[in-house]
Amino acid sequence: MTTATEATERVGPTSKAARPHPIRDLVIKRSLIGILTLVLVSILIFAATQTLPGNAASAVLLNTATPQRLHALEVQLGLTRPAVEQYWTWLTGVLHGNFGKSLANGQPVSTLIGGRILNSLVLVVLAGAIGTLIGVGLGVLAAARRDSVFDHVLSVTSLGVTALPEFVVAVVLVIFFAAVVIHWFPAVSVFAPGTPPWSNPRELVLPVATLVIVVVPYVFRMMRASMIDALESDYVQMAQLKGVPKWRVLLFHALPNAIAPTIQVIGLTFLYLAGGVVVVEYLFNYPGLGQALVGAVSDRDIPQIQAIVLVLAAFYIAVNILTDVIALAVSPRRRLPRS
Amino acid sequence: MARRPEVIAVLGRAVRTPRGTAGLVIAGLVVLVAVIGPAVAPYSATEFVTAPFARASSVAWLGGDVLGRDVLSRTLDGGWQLLAMAAVATALGVVVGAVLGVMAAYYGGLWDSLIMRAVDVILAFPQLVFALLLVSILGPKIWLIVLAVAISHAPQVARVTRSAALDISERDFVKAMQILGIPGRRIIRRDVLPNLTSVLMVEIGLRLTYSMLVIAGLSFLGFGLQPPAASWGLMINENRVGLIANPWGVLMPAILIALFTIGVNTFTDAVARASLGVGGRATEPEPIALVAREVTG
Repeated sequence: MTTATEATERVGPTSKAARPHPIRDLVIKRSLIGILTLVLVSILIFAATQTLPGNAASAVLLNTATPQRLHALEVQLGLTRPAVEQYWTWLTGVLHGNFGKSLANGQPVSTLIGGRILNSLVLVVLAGAIGTLIGVGLGVLAAARRDSVFDHVLSVTSLGVTALPEFVVAVVLVIFFAAVVIHWFPAVSVFAPGTPPWSNPRELVLPVATLVIVVVPYVFRMMRASMIDALESDYVQMAQLKGVPKWRVLLFHALPNAIAPTIQVIGLTFLYLAGGVVVVEYLFNYPGLGQALVGAVSDRDIPQIQAIVLVLAAFYIAVNILTDVIALAVSPRRRLPRS
Repeated sequence: MARRPEVIAVLGRAVRTPRGTAGLVIAGLVVLVAVIGPAVAPYSATEFVTAPFARASSVAWLGGDVLGRDVLSRTLDGGWQLLAMAAVATALGVVVGAVLGVMAAYYGGLWDSLIMRAVDVILAFPQLVFALLLVSILGPKIWLIVLAVAISHAPQVARVTRSAALDISERDFVKAMQILGIPGRRIIRRDVLPNLTSVLMVEIGLRLTYSMLVIAGLSFLGFGLQPPAASWGLMINENRVGLIANPWGVLMPAILIALFTIGVNTFTDAVARASLGVGGRATEPEPIALVAREVTG
């Protein structure tokens, strides 16, 4: 969400508003809708977890629930108050960075998930960046050698890999690189306490590699398709006839025009990663938000679930806005105001 | 119902392509294993047959799992519930999504804004995270997981259906019927929906793949069928500690899940290509764009 709000402030109403400015308009409009959506999301999260019949108190006590104990805990958690009042208390807390206390161990949720946000972000950004580079690179190569053996092998492989769940990819990687064939990387990510992920590079390799393998096919397929479109266009043929070297045609004539549709897919890739980290972090025991979410769902630690799901949804909404803005910024044609 | 032959025509054309045949055969094989598996399994899925992670032998053809149960029997028994859940979740999600999408497109105005705003809210959750949120309230109940996956599908389906239906609602024959005073519900049922068949067929295929991935993922995380029941996702998680001793406990379920999704994906791709030829509809996106749009699954 920070990206969105910062962006709004940067291009705020002080800039010259005489000419139509589609990018600024889009940023403002999408940010406002994004904030509204996030408010609705927070209501949904809160309603689903705290006010439904199977509420937090009975979730914590499970089989040990007696009417007296249930009531005592409900009072302690503030569940006897009206729902709107509970939501308001929760929301004002969240806006001050206070997500409540974990029901599992009594620690503030913000301290529990604070460091994990960074760990997950490193995983998502690394996997997204590497996956994008490989996907775009392979897409350009496959399009340049269209219908070659290389192209066919890549296309068939990508169709197959597209369908693989993350945990299958991860298990295969563990077989090859951590357990059976060669012991290069740890199958479980154990960080020394308090260290950032980049000081544990060996621990990062397999989780990042798993996510990269899952996202590359999407970027590759989109890049290949839009690159083929660009290569068939008149201006590329013109450049070829002029005798421009092939690599120049590829990189400077076709690529800039082919990248715009791919931006949307790259955005979707980051969106996918927000959910994909859950399984991958759990599998490699990587200390991120996803692993915490799985643990919190098992423990029915509702304040922690609320916080993590809200953070992931905020990330989702922010990426959506950012993707639209970047896609608009890189494609001059779409920048013209719609008549 | 006059348009029913179109569904069959598109499916028939898809099946006759090499891609379509391959996809259908692969997915069909997995369904066959899952459906007749429980009947032909040599042992019960919960019976202790051999030593934990025992190698393949004449007693247990694919060896033992983490507790010494027969990997082959558990594999044969662990698919049908997964497939049934995926199928119901898909059907429910596509029906609800299509109804919402058509309503938003046809009635427009307030309905459109309300439905699309609700769609945006659900779309702000990664599918797996949304399912986990619901599971955290009531525990890993089968109906709840199916419902959660269906609800998380509906918005995407609604978006696709809405944009396709908008196109049709603008056409002259629909306008003409509105002027003639034919009730909206009847126009939708008789004229708008049949024109959406190819869009919906592709949507069903894609959603089935994602249902399978999300439900198997939940099962892997321990929020699906509860032990000692056999389920492919759960088996992979249970048996991965014994990967070196007996890899079959992980490999078999992983291969079957992968084959099913690859098969359905390939067949859907063939259907998308086949439907492009039918009636030259402008509403049909390129197959590649369809696949690419769906990374969020």
